[in-house]
Amino acid sequence: MANDMNIQEVAEKAPRLRSKKGHERRVNASIYAILIVMSIIWLCPFVFLVLQSFRGESGGQVAYVIPKQWTLDNYRFLFEGVAFSLKALVKDVPAIILTVVTNAIGVLGMVKFLTRKPKNPFEKTSGNIKGALLVFGVLLLINVMRCVDSTNCDFVQWFMNTLTIALFCAVIQTIMVLSVSYTLSRMRFKGRKLIMNVVLVLGMFPGFLTMIVLYYLLKMMGLTQAGAVPGLILISCASSGMGYYISKGFFDTIPKSLDESARIDGATRFQVFLKIIMPMAKPIVIYTILMAFMGPWGDYVFASYVAFGHKASYNVAVGLYRWVNTNDYQGYFTRFCAGGVLVAIPITVLFMALQKYYVEGVTGGAVKG
Amino acid sequence: MVGESMNDLDYLRLSKPQKFALKMKKFFAGLPARLLGALKGLLMWFVNLFKGIGSFICDLVTTYIHGDWKTKVSYTVMGFGSMARGQWLRGILFFVFQTVFNLYVWFFGAGYLSKLGTLGTVETVKKGRVTVYGDNSFLILLYGVLTIFFVVAFIYTWYVNVKQNKMSEKILKSGKKLKSAKDDMASLLDNQFHKTLLAIPTLGVTVFTILPIIFMILVAFTNYDNQHQPPGKLFTWVGTANFETLLASPDNKVNFDVTSTTAESAALTITAKNGDILTVNTADVAAAEAAEALTAAADTEFTMVEQADGTYQFEVFSEAGESVSFVGKDLLTVKTPSFSYTFKQVLLWTLIWAFFATFLNYFLGMLVAIMINKKGIKFKKLWRTILVMTIAIPQFISLLYVSKMFAADGLINGMLMNWGWISQPLPFWTDPTWARVTIIGINIWIGIPYLMLIATGILMNIPADLYESARIDGANAFQTYMKITLPYMLFVTGPYLLTSFTGNINNFNVIFLLSQGKPLGLDLAGNAGTTDLLITWLYKMTVTDSNYKLAAVMGILVFVVCAVINLVVYNFIPSVKNEEDFQ
Repeated sequence: MANDMNIQEVAEKAPRLRSKKGHERRVNASIYAILIVMSIIWLCPFVFLVLQSFRGESGGQVAYVIPKQWTLDNYRFLFEGVAFSLKALVKDVPAIILTVVTNAIGVLGMVKFLTRKPKNPFEKTSGNIKGALLVFGVLLLINVMRCVDSTNCDFVQWFMNTLTIALFCAVIQTIMVLSVSYTLSRMRFKGRKLIMNVVLVLGMFPGFLTMIVLYYLLKMMGLTQAGAVPGLILISCASSGMGYYISKGFFDTIPKSLDESARIDGATRFQVFLKIIMPMAKPIVIYTILMAFMGPWGDYVFASYVAFGHKASYNVAVGLYRWVNTNDYQGYFTRFCAGGVLVAIPITVLFMALQKYYVEGVTGGAVKG
Repeated sequence: MVGESMNDLDYLRLSKPQKFALKMKKFFAGLPARLLGALKGLLMWFVNLFKGIGSFICDLVTTYIHGDWKTKVSYTVMGFGSMARGQWLRGILFFVFQTVFNLYVWFFGAGYLSKLGTLGTVETVKKGRVTVYGDNSFLILLYGVLTIFFVVAFIYTWYVNVKQNKMSEKILKSGKKLKSAKDDMASLLDNQFHKTLLAIPTLGVTVFTILPIIFMILVAFTNYDNQHQPPGKLFTWVGTANFETLLASPDNKVNFDVTSTTAESAALTITAKNGDILTVNTADVAAAEAAEALTAAADTEFTMVEQADGTYQFEVFSEAGESVSFVGKDLLTVKTPSFSYTFKQVLLWTLIWAFFATFLNYFLGMLVAIMINKKGIKFKKLWRTILVMTIAIPQFISLLYVSKMFAADGLINGMLMNWGWISQPLPFWTDPTWARVTIIGINIWIGIPYLMLIATGILMNIPADLYESARIDGANAFQTYMKITLPYMLFVTGPYLLTSFTGNINNFNVIFLLSQGKPLGLDLAGNAGTTDLLITWLYKMTVTDSNYKLAAVMGILVFVVCAVINLVVYNFIPSVKNEEDFQ
């Protein structure tokens, strides 16, 4: 207790304060040592993974890390049989329509971003170059994905499947989550508490409990095995509204008076949502997109159940898992490493680029529960 | 004694343990009152329910008597009143819903609904080469539930339809105008915007979460497993038998009495290599021989066949491949593991795991965050980025790789053996205790970065002058941590700890990708391994064993465990109770 301490005691502490600098230095040195050791532990598996993906010797994990024989064969194996042709964009009428529509939307979006007028005097430029680049990137990605013919190449096929699922989830789940969280945060209507309680209760049931029923529902719609990719998109998006907690917490922090003043000015609820809340919700939108996009890359359980026995509709997790756990572990281990590296790189880069938003999301979520 | 007479000041004077004890005391002292309150609430709920139904019917009747002919027609043709009064959009929607409902129920749903009581009686039979399919219990249950959903939705919509008419009449009588279709559409983007936003998510959750969960809850009361798999076989209702299997089944003991007459009264206990499975109470020469064979073969298969006279034939395949068999009762006691024992073991490990996974990660993660954020530590961003790698890289890559690293032929054992530190591979995945510790250890590797991120954000918010004054008062680092950092963190992240704990109970990925629940426990039933959590065991039951009935029971029990933890903890965390406080 502060007030209990008398002057004498303070005086006794004085020499200690003087030697504080040396003490501080020792503490810092030990912290550095701990952090360096931790960094090594944290990085080692990933460094080993990369090293072993270049290993020429076959077999599973071996007792040394640096390959005796360096090779790119493992990567070559992953891309064996893949073909790329621009013809896929115009091969028949639906393909042409799809090409025209997606590119038109993309170009329009880019133009809109580039010609955007500044909303307030503090914005320097009139165009939003970052936004335009993003649209361009997505457009390019879609076009390239359609040109890749991966019927004879397992890994590329799996990668494409996962990418497709991830892109669709990123869009649909985000819309679902944002609409639910906005509604529950902002509007007061009959049944609101009921909905929140029902979601809370449903959330306590383990997810895999309903696997067989979901499988059957998908089977009825023809969305298993060959149709596993749209099936997985449907399942992962359908109930995604239940994960509204974090973004609701975010919306709760935006003052309600903003909505009210806009409503007084004659804006409808829809306009408030679109014109006032959404521009302010950029961090949480990016967080939701990031989470929705990253989810499918690690989805093993349900994906393997739905795509069972149909190699062409595996995702990367299922395909690579089967390589090491069901297939020939000795023969496929280094290929698994190579595949893992190729999957990890884009995800990691994306995550690191958007890390700021992730941190905001998890911190906000942890505080608000 | 305390409690009632105490005011806030007295409370503040108490020490930490005293406060905690007081809280616990209040909680338990309040339990009877709370239970009574809950009972009263339940009773009132029922009373209100019946009152509600009464007034509901009363309302319907009076509306019918006082309503005009348009309203009266609407009782049978939904939406007629709305259409006749010019609200064509609402009218058409009501009418379309009624038509779809009728078509569905009469041509499809009614058949399934009527069989819901038995789940089908006509067996699938093979006539020569042709299979004649009978009832499909799975479909009957699924579509039966779906039909009930539809009926409830229909009754509600029908009620809304009637109420609409009542309201419309009232509005017209008062001389006002009704809303046009255009107004309706506009209000969907304005006052009724929540309906627009929630429509698709609600539909998705209803079809893909609520319907399946109700289906599986019902499956828990049937005998749906690999012996009763539609469309080949039927399954049916069995009441609470599955719950008894999982919660209260005794260890199966089968007694044998060898009919051989040359019995010597020497007790013989056979201990199998991996735990005690077989006990022989008395032994004769033949039984002893059989027992030896059993011991040798305890790792392999043995089968029991019940004979017509109530005795058992016991067959063991010895390592040489020859079959030793004898017939009898009451001599050999064979103990096979029960599901209830296994459930208790798995539940225990699940709770231990969740405890360590939550709190070890929590404190270590906080510690790392404090270290990185300490004044004078450089390259903060670098340390953080390195740690965050484990979040960014998909778990199936990192965990699978790490799991292989710890395998008997993996990198770690290989290196240690090369350096000559060990001669035998360390049993990371083959010894139960080793496996459990390894898993908790690797989970720290996965979990610290999350906590580090969360703690960093919160630590920044602790007012710096608190630390400043603590330092002036002469508190050392440990004291400031215990008196300032920890209480603040615990207060702010209380709800997070709760969700994290229940999340860890259901942490499938870490266990599945690292050990798949292995090593298998010989004293465990249902293929359970010693590192299996309830959720991974549930997965095994569903995918490997097709034991859907027990999987369903397990799902319900996991729910109960999570719900109980939530309820208890919510009583201790005031900050999550009132959501409006945050706004």
